[in-house]
Amino acid sequence: MALKTEQMILNMGPQHPATHGVLRLELELEGEIIQSVQPHIGYLHRCFEKHAEAMTYPQVIPYVDRMDYLASMYNEFGYVIGVEKLLGIQVPERVEYIRVIMGELQRIASHLVAIGTYGMDIGAFTPFLYCFRDREKILSLFEMTCGARLLYNYFWVGGLSHDLHPDFVRSAKEFVKYFRPNIKELNDLLTNNRIFIDRTANVGVLPLETAINYGITGPNLRGSGFKWDLRKDDPYSIYNKFDFDIPTGQGLVGTVGDCWDRYYVRIQEMEQSLRIIEQALDQLPDGDVTSAIPKRVKPPIGQVYSRVENPKGELGYFIISDGSVNPFRIKVRGPSFVHLGVMNEICKGHMVADVIAILGSIDIVLGEVDR
Amino acid sequence: MGLLDQQFNKESIIVTKVDDLLNWARLSSLWQMGFGLACCAIEMMATSASHYDFDRFGVIPRNSPRQSDVIIVSGTVTLKMAIRIKRLYEQMPDPKYVISMGSCSNCGGPYWEHGYHVLKGVDRVIPVDVYVPGCPPRPEALLEGLLKLQEKIRNESLVKKTA
Amino acid sequence: MKNPEEIFNILKEKFGDAIIEFASSQPVDPFITVKPNEIDKICRFLFDNDELLFDSLMNLSGVDDANGKKAAGQNGDNIIEGGTLSVYYHLESTKFKHKLVLKTSAPRENPEVNSVESIWRHADWHEREAYDLFGIIFLNHPDLRRILMPYDWEAGHPLRKDYKNPEFYHGMKVPY
Repeated sequence: MALKTEQMILNMGPQHPATHGVLRLELELEGEIIQSVQPHIGYLHRCFEKHAEAMTYPQVIPYVDRMDYLASMYNEFGYVIGVEKLLGIQVPERVEYIRVIMGELQRIASHLVAIGTYGMDIGAFTPFLYCFRDREKILSLFEMTCGARLLYNYFWVGGLSHDLHPDFVRSAKEFVKYFRPNIKELNDLLTNNRIFIDRTANVGVLPLETAINYGITGPNLRGSGFKWDLRKDDPYSIYNKFDFDIPTGQGLVGTVGDCWDRYYVRIQEMEQSLRIIEQALDQLPDGDVTSAIPKRVKPPIGQVYSRVENPKGELGYFIISDGSVNPFRIKVRGPSFVHLGVMNEICKGHMVADVIAILGSIDIVLGEVDR
Repeated sequence: MGLLDQQFNKESIIVTKVDDLLNWARLSSLWQMGFGLACCAIEMMATSASHYDFDRFGVIPRNSPRQSDVIIVSGTVTLKMAIRIKRLYEQMPDPKYVISMGSCSNCGGPYWEHGYHVLKGVDRVIPVDVYVPGCPPRPEALLEGLLKLQEKIRNESLVKKTA
Repeated sequence: MKNPEEIFNILKEKFGDAIIEFASSQPVDPFITVKPNEIDKICRFLFDNDELLFDSLMNLSGVDDANGKKAAGQNGDNIIEGGTLSVYYHLESTKFKHKLVLKTSAPRENPEVNSVESIWRHADWHEREAYDLFGIIFLNHPDLRRILMPYDWEAGHPLRKDYKNPEFYHGMKVPY
């Protein structure tokens, strides 16, 4: 008597401990092997683009924070340089240096959450606590500057809202000295761990052609071996004054472009961010951070596409202005929205437990997927 | 009144009311179903981490609604998600409590005016016990919300109906 | 590396009057306007040509131009009649590092644009989002359905300028 088999549809529903937020994945399974993955999104659609049409340009900044809530400084960065390009104003040099320092600190904080929660998804609970302990130190630096731990409203069109606290430079240098050996500790705990390597090497391989065609950017693209970083290939702000490397995935324990490569690129990027912060702290000039802030932001009719290298990928803002104080249309190209589209392609042929490993290595934030 | 564990002064015997004993047992180990939706979820995770420890109050995160006592709704509730929240709330066994964390689940938050897809407050679908304001609330604020919930449980009675 | 003016001349030579105009007077980025039913052939040419090699689509966005006439609708609320809905494409080449902006416009009552999903798979979800929020229909798209709003949302397309909120959805009150 022959056995009859049929495909099963398994729903990893919106409430799930390992989907990094409210994401629904519909898996079509043949036994344990995956035939297709359909993501359903929209559970956090908060109508940012409609709000942006009703607010004035400076009033949009707190809403911009709340999209990718793990890297708020960088969201503001992209929006603010777009509006400044439309207005045609130049900010003082001190503002540029402080923006770079805050941005790189935010990159380290975002990667710490990515690594900590990735370890927790795979099953290791300790790195999660270590990463959050280090992240608290960064958050207290931010709180010293602008008063908020998570959503700042710090970058304003034409400058910043507050100047640095007098103790900031000393505390930031102490943090850099404290954090460098912790990266080595994380490597011992997780990166070179036999169980972690077995779960992530050769899983979810993303070939380079597919990656460029699907619009993948950021650490995911660099994990597939392509050296593409907007800070060097399309420089914005003053990143061309600093000396840092671009780490890429090399397939050290598996194939190029697997989950371990993407994870290891993030660890190496934290080290490079520390280098940038050290150089910026040494070269910090004096000046007034609020001198170039316009009284009323009313750009001329036109449109601009500004993009920055978010910790998750390329974050783009397409701003259309019709000459009034409200933006006519702001479209946000969020990296997580784009990266989720490639899930179906790279999950085929893997098992259900690998879906968690792949989803964690792509590092999405649902606030940015749904906006 | 004080907590019951301070009344053990001779030979592990205390005399108390059944109400107090049950309430003390319930408030000392509230297992939470951390329902992290948006930015407030990160502050909830930071509260569970080692700097502002949640575990010293007896609160541990459970992933299934059938094994939890309190659901902390943290983040914006959209119309698409509200239907699922209602179903999850109905799956929790009694006695169950709800903490609404953050402006978005209290009243719609910054999205109250033009949000066509945002539910203006989670109390339009489930009954809420404690509201914690903030955007996002600091971990200390969430801990205070938890303490207020514990006070509310301490004053419950078997005879009088709650909610 | 080519600038947008040169690319406009190359396209004009090859496609003739499918290319409508080159606008560069407003800040910041100049853009090329094309016809909506020829956009996929133009993009295929831009993708394959050896000197241009636009292998990466940076962004695809729908825009409600709001250039029609205001009129009174059936229930007395304001709707816009006439005018266009547009789609903007931002393209880039990872090899030559040049960028380009394309724009097509379709009439509001019948917004149909050819899909470029067969060229860049990136466009798949962006076109679904433009359909969901604006109502722009992309011909030859393999799976055009709503992506951000619920699948049974009947109150229209939210990001249009004349959109009005429904009062109740599944028993929940929607306005504040």
